[in-house]
Amino acid sequence: MSPLSPTTPAPVLLCSHELVCERDSEPLFAPLHFALGRGDLVVLEGVNGSGKTTLLRALLGLNPLRATRLEFLGRDVLGERHPLRAGTLMLGHLLGLKGDLTVRENLEFALALADEPAAADPDALFAELGLAGYEHTPARALSAGQRKRAALARLAASLRPLWLLDEPFANLDAPGIALVERLLARHRARGGGAIVSSHGLSTIAGASAVIRLEHPH
Amino acid sequence: MSALRPYFALMRRDFKLALRRRAELLMPLAFAVLVILLFSIALGGSATRLAPVAAPVIWVTVLLAGFLSLESMFRPDVEDGTLDQWLAGPVSIIGLMVSKALAHWLLFGLGLTAATPVLAMLLKLPVELLPMLLLALAIGSFGATQIGLIAAALTARLRRSGILLAIIVLPLYLPLLIFGSGAVDAVRLGDSPRAALLLLAAQTLLLTTLAAPAAAAGLRIGSDNPP
Amino acid sequence: MNPLLRWFHQLGSPPYFHAFATRWMPLAGYCALALTALGLYLGFVVAPADYLQGESYRIIFIHVPSAWMSMFIYALMALNGAIALVWRIKLSEILFLCCAPIGAMFTAVTLITGMLWGKPTWGTYWAWDARLTSELVLLFLYFGVIGLASAYEDSRQGARAAAVLALVGVVNLPIIHFSVKWWNTLHQGDTVKLIGKSSIHPSMLWPLLIMATAAKLYFVFALLLRARGMLLEQERAKHWVKESLGSRP
Repeated sequence: MSPLSPTTPAPVLLCSHELVCERDSEPLFAPLHFALGRGDLVVLEGVNGSGKTTLLRALLGLNPLRATRLEFLGRDVLGERHPLRAGTLMLGHLLGLKGDLTVRENLEFALALADEPAAADPDALFAELGLAGYEHTPARALSAGQRKRAALARLAASLRPLWLLDEPFANLDAPGIALVERLLARHRARGGGAIVSSHGLSTIAGASAVIRLEHPH
Repeated sequence: MSALRPYFALMRRDFKLALRRRAELLMPLAFAVLVILLFSIALGGSATRLAPVAAPVIWVTVLLAGFLSLESMFRPDVEDGTLDQWLAGPVSIIGLMVSKALAHWLLFGLGLTAATPVLAMLLKLPVELLPMLLLALAIGSFGATQIGLIAAALTARLRRSGILLAIIVLPLYLPLLIFGSGAVDAVRLGDSPRAALLLLAAQTLLLTTLAAPAAAAGLRIGSDNPP
Repeated sequence: MNPLLRWFHQLGSPPYFHAFATRWMPLAGYCALALTALGLYLGFVVAPADYLQGESYRIIFIHVPSAWMSMFIYALMALNGAIALVWRIKLSEILFLCCAPIGAMFTAVTLITGMLWGKPTWGTYWAWDARLTSELVLLFLYFGVIGLASAYEDSRQGARAAAVLALVGVVNLPIIHFSVKWWNTLHQGDTVKLIGKSSIHPSMLWPLLIMATAAKLYFVFALLLRARGMLLEQERAKHWVKESLGSRP
């Protein structure tokens, strides 16, 4: 890789070499190598239990992980994940919504507790998400699809360059799926990258690459 | 953007959540009054029998009532994925633990302490002991919150088990109880409560330094088995 | 590398520890047995009756070494826990977990022998004196560690969580002791001291030290026994276990 001048944003967001996750001291999948560039969307494919969720969580240090190299924006993060955490947004199965807080409050606190700036225009944001009129509804009063949309507000408001999304299309109808695709497209256009896990929907619009988690032989 | 913004945000969030479930907020107080009721009935209700044991009974009751609120310290955040968001994010977990402890103490520890005059009246506590009891409880409940923080963090991902929590927490409460009730006793006997109070404060300070790092370490254990 | 450090490194490898435990366990066990017999003989038969307490004092030859072990094991357990937390060495986790029930047992023995001693000395089985009260609290500290570790489904996570608790406990243990002593002097006044103010007569000191050594050897024996068993269970799918145990299922 040629050296970059300080003003050029690093083209490679996340790259890794010989990455393996383990469960009960047994490797979950064959070693991975990948490089995620700005604007890239990588789909993580594999059957249930193949380690997709484990991998996403392991990147952020929630699960143990072994690799010969793990770099974020050119910086080694294998020993100390903090720079990676500061630049990543993760959306997991559990949405991280507090039932007793309103949609708007959930977003406000989620951003504050992730040390992200508050949303610039919350009203427009919620309108785009299809939650106009529900901003002051407690999250427990929402339907499953609405809750997913409320969780997606975090994506819409985030400025983080790297997104790790675990099954983002679950619980969504066709307009909801289109919404996620729109958010992803906008994120990529701004120079962000994303790793999205999904079982079966490898036809996510415009995926740059697919990583299949193979069982180690 | 202030560097302390996430920590204040957590405190604000916890206050909001607690006030939206006002019943849960008042339950430790209700429990305390109930326990006092049981003691008063069992002891016959007369001032001669209640007054001598009033301060110690209030101490034990406050410790037990505070312990009740520990189950819900981290469990909701584990169950809805909020904790994972914190662990995956850049904000210092130790700092969040300090916020958590502070918010919990203000809501429950200080709250119970503020209700002590009511408990004191029910148990016919000699009035001259009340100020020292309030001071000792305010300091001691802060120490108890620290112990509770550690225990709640270590059991956050487990199935509910009040007994395990009790076995972990109650032995560690002992120095706080000894020094705290010792301070009140000193006033009762006309001695100086200074030694007891200083020991109580020292123990609370020690617990405070230990608690946030221990709780942060405890919360990380088990993050590789998400619910 | 320093030979001692190298030996520690080697010891952490499961097959090596298994061989080490199998080799040293019987020796520790037999020595413990022999020293216990000697110590009990010297203490119960040879040593003279106490001036104040008569024959009943002899229980200190079991009570005092047990008390020392109960605290020594807690400290050792906490040390293993710290190593397990920082370096995540599997053997440290196992040693940590195995210390706990042995320590709890010594604590229980201390309490029971204390009660047996209390009856002839104070006229009652229980008195809230500093030592017994502290030992009772220590017993619960052990229960907390054991309970927490076993509440986790994943035993490695359980060991780490319990290790955090053990470290909190070990820091607070001196404070608990001190606070109970402080409380005792305020409330209980001068109960009969368990060991007389006068310096211990040599004929009483020797059995005490022998029993203390026997207790340590017993601890080594029990620890190796438990740890070896737990190691085999955890590693049962591995190659070396199948080889060393032969082809029996």
